[in-house]
Amino acid sequence: MPEIRNYTINFGPQHPAAHGVLRLVLEMDGEVIERADPHIGLLHRATEKLAESKPYNQSIPYMDRLDYVSMMCSEHGYVRAIEKLLGVEAPIRAQYIRTLFDEITRILNHLMWLGAHALDIGAMTVFLYAFREREDLMDCYEAVSGARLHAAYYRPGGVYRDLPDQMPRYQASQWVTGRDVGIRNQARQGSLLDFIEDFCNRFPALVDEYETLLTDNRIWKQRTVDIGVVSPERAMQLGFTGPMLRGSGIAWDLRKKQSYAAYDKVDFDIPVGKNGDCYDRYLVRIEEFRQSNRIIKQCIDWLRKNPGPVMLDDNKIAAPTRNEMKDDMESLIHHFKLFTEGYCPPVGEAYAAVEAPKGEFGCYIISDGANKPYRLKIRAPGFPHLAAMDEMVKGHMLADVVAIIGTMDVVFGEIDR
Amino acid sequence: MSSGAQKGMHDRLERLAEDLTRTFKELDCMVERSNGEVTLVVPVEHITDVATRLRDDEPFFFQELIDVCGADYSAYAQSEWQTDSAPNTGFGRGVQPIGRLESMQSNRFAVVYHLLSISKNIRLRLRVFVDTEQPIIATVVSVWQSADWFEREAFDLYGILFDGHPDLRRILTDYGFIGHPFRKDFPLTGQVEMRYDPHQARVVYEPVSIDPRVLVPRVTRDDNRYLSEDNATQDAGDA
Repeated sequence: MPEIRNYTINFGPQHPAAHGVLRLVLEMDGEVIERADPHIGLLHRATEKLAESKPYNQSIPYMDRLDYVSMMCSEHGYVRAIEKLLGVEAPIRAQYIRTLFDEITRILNHLMWLGAHALDIGAMTVFLYAFREREDLMDCYEAVSGARLHAAYYRPGGVYRDLPDQMPRYQASQWVTGRDVGIRNQARQGSLLDFIEDFCNRFPALVDEYETLLTDNRIWKQRTVDIGVVSPERAMQLGFTGPMLRGSGIAWDLRKKQSYAAYDKVDFDIPVGKNGDCYDRYLVRIEEFRQSNRIIKQCIDWLRKNPGPVMLDDNKIAAPTRNEMKDDMESLIHHFKLFTEGYCPPVGEAYAAVEAPKGEFGCYIISDGANKPYRLKIRAPGFPHLAAMDEMVKGHMLADVVAIIGTMDVVFGEIDR
Repeated sequence: MSSGAQKGMHDRLERLAEDLTRTFKELDCMVERSNGEVTLVVPVEHITDVATRLRDDEPFFFQELIDVCGADYSAYAQSEWQTDSAPNTGFGRGVQPIGRLESMQSNRFAVVYHLLSISKNIRLRLRVFVDTEQPIIATVVSVWQSADWFEREAFDLYGILFDGHPDLRRILTDYGFIGHPFRKDFPLTGQVEMRYDPHQARVVYEPVSIDPRVLVPRVTRDDNRYLSEDNATQDAGDA
């Protein structure tokens, strides 16, 4: 009788379905997984240590680079922790803008997730559709912050600037001329809010489009139903948050339960799964598309009617405007002190969390009264999710590993930090 | 948050602080309140006991462990730039990194746990100071499975040992990495750099060639510009 031994294979770190730089060491019995050992840290940049050597505001751009598909949500977690330390609150218009952009970010993130997840399981079309819509939303990012991805738009005490009155338009070029430019600029005649509203009106039909491709698709169901089942008890034990927790049937959402920004002033529902498998988590996220769309619409209505400041009027924390600086000595000094030294929050510590698209994103800051954080700990939602890898894939086939990585929505920028 | 919800949260935290004081007084635990958060300082020998009771017992039910992290307090409240009096040579740019670490302090390291109760909708922070020479603390993996990777991370970055952990390996740093990079005496630039050596036809490690430098010095302003009144009284207790 020949000796039968388990076979160990290396999955990644350069595998397209590993979503970045995940190295998985899989112990196989035939085609069944016995044990999975994820090796992470290949993208470790020591963000937290770097933040200890910089004034508070200079670390905001690092937050974009953590979860690089839900940039503004990570910024939101960080600036909320600083605001908690300082004991300040952003003006109401800034809160609504943050809510608006958090939800745009959620749609951006879920589109990326949906496209990549479906592509991993073999559905090419969804990926192309998802990226078509991402383009519009990244234009919104660009219109407010000048950057399509790494925005650095949220600041302690508000947001960097108010929404633009004019949506940037395409220029005619060697490749796009005449009528084509007109078609591209159709939705861009008004303000940014008009552009987003146009998107909101189109978006529900687009979600239907994705659903036509996937929800009742036989292959999609065969690949996701009853794969990676997590019971509600285990989900809590494993530290799940966000759609991973809601997919298991626990109605927990920080936007409702520990409301922040303007979430208590808008109407939306929390979708919850039943079986805790990949298919339920898919349905939860699809419904979140529609709910986010609802929130965005309400924010647009409010923002249209209520102009106002978007930044705290306190030059100890927020920089004075360029104009003020030109003819006011006091403002010039404030500007100089803010950008060469920063501000010193009082001694103490604070933990602030937001419902990022992937789950609870939290920042824990210890301040010793200096102009730099003494310790910054970033609680990335993907970290405990990936830690549950071993438990979720045990007993499944090799091909299901790909479905489970997809359903976790892992991004290594935030897991490795 | 609306004022009603805020009031509700405030009351719940108030009650939590009372319950914690009552339940854990005999274990020498201390309750702190600041910034609308409750912190329980737990002696290192009682961590497993306290954790289990916080998870299972009325009225706590902290079903989820949100986060575990290490902290190194050895450079606490030290600044890189002293400006009390003007020196003869003029002001430097604060290029001297913090040199003197207070290693004689008996509890240099701390482990901080963030708990969440889903049924009660409340958060709690546990802080446990561990010994400087032998930073060992019992693991809570048996209480909350999610502690597994978080504790590996704290071990990797701070060298804190978790007694009873099923698989205490490095997690974020490279294979074969030496040292614990988040300790305050570990330089920001690291110890070694690597490059491809064409003569030896392999990757070689060398000591870093760049000097650590401080772009913006760490300073503490004691004019307390930003201190609100209730923070001021709170900090007196914290410090």
